[in-house]
Amino acid sequence: MLHLGTPVEIQRPRGVPLTKKQFYVENKPFTCLDGSRTISFDRVNDDYCDCKDGSDEPGTAACPNGSFHCTNAGYRPMFIPSSRINDGICDCCDTTDEYNSGAKCENTCKELGRKEREVLQKMAEITKEGFLLKQHLIEEAKKGQQEKQSKVTDMQGNKKQLDEKVEVLRTVKETAEQPEKEAKERHLKAWEEQKAAIRLEKDKAKMAEAFLELDDNADGFVSVSELQSHAELDADADGTLTETEAQGLMGGAEQVDTSTFESVWPNIKDKYHSEVMETPPDEVKEPVVDNDSEPYPEDDISEEEDEEDEDDYHEDDDKVSCGCVQAPPTIKTPEKNHEDEEAMPSYDADTQALIDAAQKARDDFEEAEKALREMDDQIRNIEKELSFDFGPDAEFTYLYSQCYELTTGEYIYRLCPFNRVSQKPKYGGSETNLGTWGSWSGPENNKYLLMKYDHGTGCWQGPNRSTTVKLTCGKETVVTSTSEPSRCEYLIEFTTPAVCQEPANTDLSPHDHEEL
Amino acid sequence: MAVISIERMGLLSVFCVCLFFSSAFAVDRGNFKTCDQSSFCKRQRALKPGQSPYRALLETLELSDSRLTLQLINDNNKVHLLLELYRLQGNMTRVKINELKPLKPRFEVPDVLIAEPPTEPLSVLSKDDNGIVLSLGAESQRLIVSARPFRLDIMEGPEVLLSLNSRGLLAFEHLHLRKDTQAQPDGAEVKESVDGDQQQDEVEKDEDGEGDKEQDGLWEETFKSHTDTKPNGPTSISLDFSLPGVEHVYGIPEHADDLKLKTTDGGDPYRLYNLDVFQYELYNPMALYGSIPVMLAHNTQRTMGIFWLNAAETWVDISSNTAGKTVFGKMLDFVQGSSEKPQTDIRWISESGIIDVFIMLGPKPSDVFSQYASLTGTQSFPPLASLGYHQCRWNYNDQEDVKSVDQGFDQHDIPYDFIWLDIEHADGKRYFTWDPHKFSQPKEMLQGLMDKRRKMVAIVDPHIKVDSGYKIHSEITSKDFYVKNKDGRNYEGWCWPGNSGYPDFTIPEMRAWWASMFAYDQYEGSMENLFTWNDMNEPSVFNGPEVTMHKDALHGKWEHREIHNIYGLYVQMATAEGQIQRSGGVERPFVLTRAFFAGSQRFGAVWTGDNAAEWGHLKISIPMCLSLGLVGVSFCGADIGGFFKNPSTELLVRWYQTGAYQPFFRAHAHLDTTRREPWLFGPENTALIREVIRQRYALLPYWYQLFFQAYRTGMPVMRPLWVDYPKDTVTFTIDDEFLIGSDLLVHPITEEGSRGVTAYLPGAGEVWYDVHTFQKHNGAQNLYIPVTLSSIPVFQRGGSIIPRKDRVRRSSACMENDPYTLYVALSPKKFARGKLYIDDGHSFNYDTKKEFIHRSLTFANNALTSSNLCPDCNFLTSSWIEKVLILGASKPSKVVLKMDGKETPVDFEFDSSMSVLTLRKPGMNAGDDWTLLLQ
Repeated sequence: MLHLGTPVEIQRPRGVPLTKKQFYVENKPFTCLDGSRTISFDRVNDDYCDCKDGSDEPGTAACPNGSFHCTNAGYRPMFIPSSRINDGICDCCDTTDEYNSGAKCENTCKELGRKEREVLQKMAEITKEGFLLKQHLIEEAKKGQQEKQSKVTDMQGNKKQLDEKVEVLRTVKETAEQPEKEAKERHLKAWEEQKAAIRLEKDKAKMAEAFLELDDNADGFVSVSELQSHAELDADADGTLTETEAQGLMGGAEQVDTSTFESVWPNIKDKYHSEVMETPPDEVKEPVVDNDSEPYPEDDISEEEDEEDEDDYHEDDDKVSCGCVQAPPTIKTPEKNHEDEEAMPSYDADTQALIDAAQKARDDFEEAEKALREMDDQIRNIEKELSFDFGPDAEFTYLYSQCYELTTGEYIYRLCPFNRVSQKPKYGGSETNLGTWGSWSGPENNKYLLMKYDHGTGCWQGPNRSTTVKLTCGKETVVTSTSEPSRCEYLIEFTTPAVCQEPANTDLSPHDHEEL
Repeated sequence: MAVISIERMGLLSVFCVCLFFSSAFAVDRGNFKTCDQSSFCKRQRALKPGQSPYRALLETLELSDSRLTLQLINDNNKVHLLLELYRLQGNMTRVKINELKPLKPRFEVPDVLIAEPPTEPLSVLSKDDNGIVLSLGAESQRLIVSARPFRLDIMEGPEVLLSLNSRGLLAFEHLHLRKDTQAQPDGAEVKESVDGDQQQDEVEKDEDGEGDKEQDGLWEETFKSHTDTKPNGPTSISLDFSLPGVEHVYGIPEHADDLKLKTTDGGDPYRLYNLDVFQYELYNPMALYGSIPVMLAHNTQRTMGIFWLNAAETWVDISSNTAGKTVFGKMLDFVQGSSEKPQTDIRWISESGIIDVFIMLGPKPSDVFSQYASLTGTQSFPPLASLGYHQCRWNYNDQEDVKSVDQGFDQHDIPYDFIWLDIEHADGKRYFTWDPHKFSQPKEMLQGLMDKRRKMVAIVDPHIKVDSGYKIHSEITSKDFYVKNKDGRNYEGWCWPGNSGYPDFTIPEMRAWWASMFAYDQYEGSMENLFTWNDMNEPSVFNGPEVTMHKDALHGKWEHREIHNIYGLYVQMATAEGQIQRSGGVERPFVLTRAFFAGSQRFGAVWTGDNAAEWGHLKISIPMCLSLGLVGVSFCGADIGGFFKNPSTELLVRWYQTGAYQPFFRAHAHLDTTRREPWLFGPENTALIREVIRQRYALLPYWYQLFFQAYRTGMPVMRPLWVDYPKDTVTFTIDDEFLIGSDLLVHPITEEGSRGVTAYLPGAGEVWYDVHTFQKHNGAQNLYIPVTLSSIPVFQRGGSIIPRKDRVRRSSACMENDPYTLYVALSPKKFARGKLYIDDGHSFNYDTKKEFIHRSLTFANNALTSSNLCPDCNFLTSSWIEKVLILGASKPSKVVLKMDGKETPVDFEFDSSMSVLTLRKPGMNAGDDWTLLLQ
């Protein structure tokens, strides 16, 4: 049966779009649109499915695979699955899908049309302005890119000079260090000799002292018996120094005078204990040779290790503040021997001059080397930036090294494009990495609509956190929403002019005429 | 959902870490007791079959109209027991054994039986010194009470059907006072009341003659860090049953095990103790979330049932004299004729309470179902929509998420009826509330669903956050409705919200109050399309022994030990009552529960708890739901896709294909899994899932009719083949396929990469029709079926008529007025029969006002007739008959519709390749009398 629409509407069976009207001719046999069979016209829309493709029932729910067309005058025409005809739910804004269900539908097409036009207009405005901004961004980016490119070129030229300078200074340094080394060695040797002389002098004094001590009767001779009073000299360690043993020590003599004692002294001096309580003489300290310009290298290393440990522990603490509160390294005073006689005398003026000259050469060299390193870093950074895919017209360049935040009920989300995404609880707590820059991952026709950040902090029994950033056209660059559609998989909606497409509407975009 | 996620359980995290890392994706068995670790089980099991010390004192016999009582004496300790025997209407015998004069009353489980079972007169046929013979009615059935030793035998003619205490394992730990000094002070004055002077002396000889002090676990028992104080001491009971001629026993869910119960010799007995088991293992007798102490015994001659009404921790031992024998050995026995009769021996052991056993004598499977239903009630008749598809996830994040999932179903043209919200929807796990940020406008959300004629379920668990600002908590506190610990203070334990109280659902006033909380003005944000899910009602207590409540916690004067297995039933009972009340008694409730007990079928649906995305878990969902169906719970399902872990696409598709043919059809997923709405796996898989969900919706009239039948008769909806083919021994162990009603046979694909399955089609002389191709196959054969990913082997029985609604829409409500297609599958004798049931789909008017249509559809003598099964019913439907398919038909020359005395010709088509006759648009109203004549 044919249901008549409003007078202005062209007569056609219910649910048939205008484009297919010609297949449904009243009172003529109807052939299923797939050609599978032909039926009499009274079986079209008779609420029984005869065609496999559902084409005989465009206006009823009889066919499982049918579709129903609503005209939706004032809004947009659309197709709905025929299972939505008379199901009690208003799907078509012109209410034509619910003609027999008792559902109270109102025609909302006008309202929807108005709203849609408003939205479209708004969108068009945004797109227009956004697209203008985008052009600006592209210009800026191109300029910036050129600047950077030329900066890199300049720097590479400078770097070459710096390279040469470093090499020159290295030679200067090495040249200055050779005489310095020789002079230092000379000085050291002289001091070693001096030390040996001092030691000999000391031994003699000790010997004389021992002689006086041993010579109990002060007769100018040390006798065997006098020696025997020093049991520590016992050779066979039986606790007593026998006469024979004492004599043996004295080279068979009964007594020795000061000069012959000289030959006895070497036999006893190692075991001899002075009767006066006296601290044994300190070992002669080796001088600290200051070859290294850094004072306490070992201490420094351990400090660094500590720092690293701490970083591991407070993984997410702000590193800057962590560095600031770091206690200064505790200065451990080295236990230098301050006995004047042991200290190496200061360098003579000539040597010192050589050292000073060498030190200056070293400083100059290191300074130049540092400058070179810094330049290398700068070049590398710029090259890295230049290597990013900032879009077909570099329109995303401006996002580089920027961060955008959105505060939600519980968290502060932070998106740093081309770098990382993170989440931090609003009321304290450590930051969680939701992913680091991975790649553009939009659909094939425009991969620049989605960004993928992955390898974030791992989830319990789950994957590492990751974030998809969905970019939509907007005048402003702002994070508009965040969500976690699946556990540990985040979604950030982000507006930017950089994805605004050229407005298609000619009346909105006078520039189009240029192409015509 | 299961026990614990560390990220969400701040204070418990240390405890959790241990729990999790030791148990990644497998149950940590160490958290749960073996029989050896449960002192009463160990004690009872140490008692071996032999001469029973119990003797019947025949001179104490008292016989009234409805019951016989008799004293038993334990000759070892002279303790007297009282035996009560009842002959119940419907071929059942009830056996109760309690202490004659217990020190204090022993617990008897209330609220499980729907009424005091009606009795029939018992008469003494003969009596002498050795025993008594009682008549059990007309069917030459006798009950023999032997005196020394005491035993009971139920006979039919010369055959023993069942014997009690034939192995002498009746053991009754009578209440007594503690012998050591510790118990002396407060025990002193009660001493007087103890019956019989000998008792004190004989205590030590109890069971195995050991004194209290020498035995562990009599007055105190420690498991892991938890000590169970036992102020009443040992109270366990045990009784053995022998089933001559029986080799197959079933039931006693819930276990993740085969349908046919295994012998337990050499292993642990099957355990019944409701527990929240994290990542449960398959094929073992460990306890799970629910317990139904009902066992069915079946052989080709008879089906019987044993219902052990006890809510305490229970263990069931099964042994069989044929268990060890190979098929060859059995054949040899047969050939040589030297075989002893096969026999299965059962032993029930419970920690406390009394012995209260119902012996259901069948003899047909359907008799046992109606016998059990007459005791504990039938499956509640669910709202039609709840038989549709349910979309669940822990958790849908917020209202926006709910909206977009709802739209996703429409975009992909997939029907669904319910979307579910798990614990994250509530404000800080305070049930009956909504998260103020994520679900700030619940009514707006519910209205949005209602506009699509869809519904929602929100979870309400029984653990209540201890928070003075929380209305539910403060009211329960002020009404003093919480469970108490052994010291009389409110029992508190850890669960999702942190520190929680547990309402004492055993108190009728508490249940009434709980029910009142579902009123629309109490449960803010609720609407008539919001329903409820009770999870964690074992109850789950994260820091309790075996993740549940301490046994010495108190429900009034009774210890938790006595009532444990029925706690979950009460939660669902009170919740369902709340839903009924909020509508003024008009609307049917829908409540899903995880914990259950005998009788839970009266209150809603159950699911098999926290399974995993593994093929084994898909496979086990069949025997788990079959076992539940056998003992009354028809409305059963498993989480589609598997709760834990991420399913492969193939597994997910196969699971939908299986779940669509199981009674409760819900997809669910753990919080830590990736999203898995049906359209997230590519267009081909979306199409496969859409197709099977549509098959489900087309069959809703059949499912609904089967649930009506289950509600009326207790017949399971999803059943093992042997229920309908009780004499076909091949069917006795089949649990990889099943029947829906009598007429659909389903063999789901549960193997990865399957390219073919062998399905057994039962019934010699019968035929089965493939529901997709209408190809006819003979019964009593193993049929090899090649399969692809789109295959779901389903067969309609020749001889049946299944009404379908082939116009699948967005939800079941949208299909209300749609026409029916009748699928008439002819038997070889060109006969078929079916039923059609129609009502409003949601109210109690079918019951209170008889507003329903119930029709018998019969095809015989080339005529299909619809006749009224309920002439005094009144219900009008706008549904009509749009098509009739007759499978196995021959081509008629003419088809005529006879109605109201008029005859009108009906168009038809005949497909000779498959012998399918299609009658085009006969057009009669589904509630009318009519006949279609094939001429």
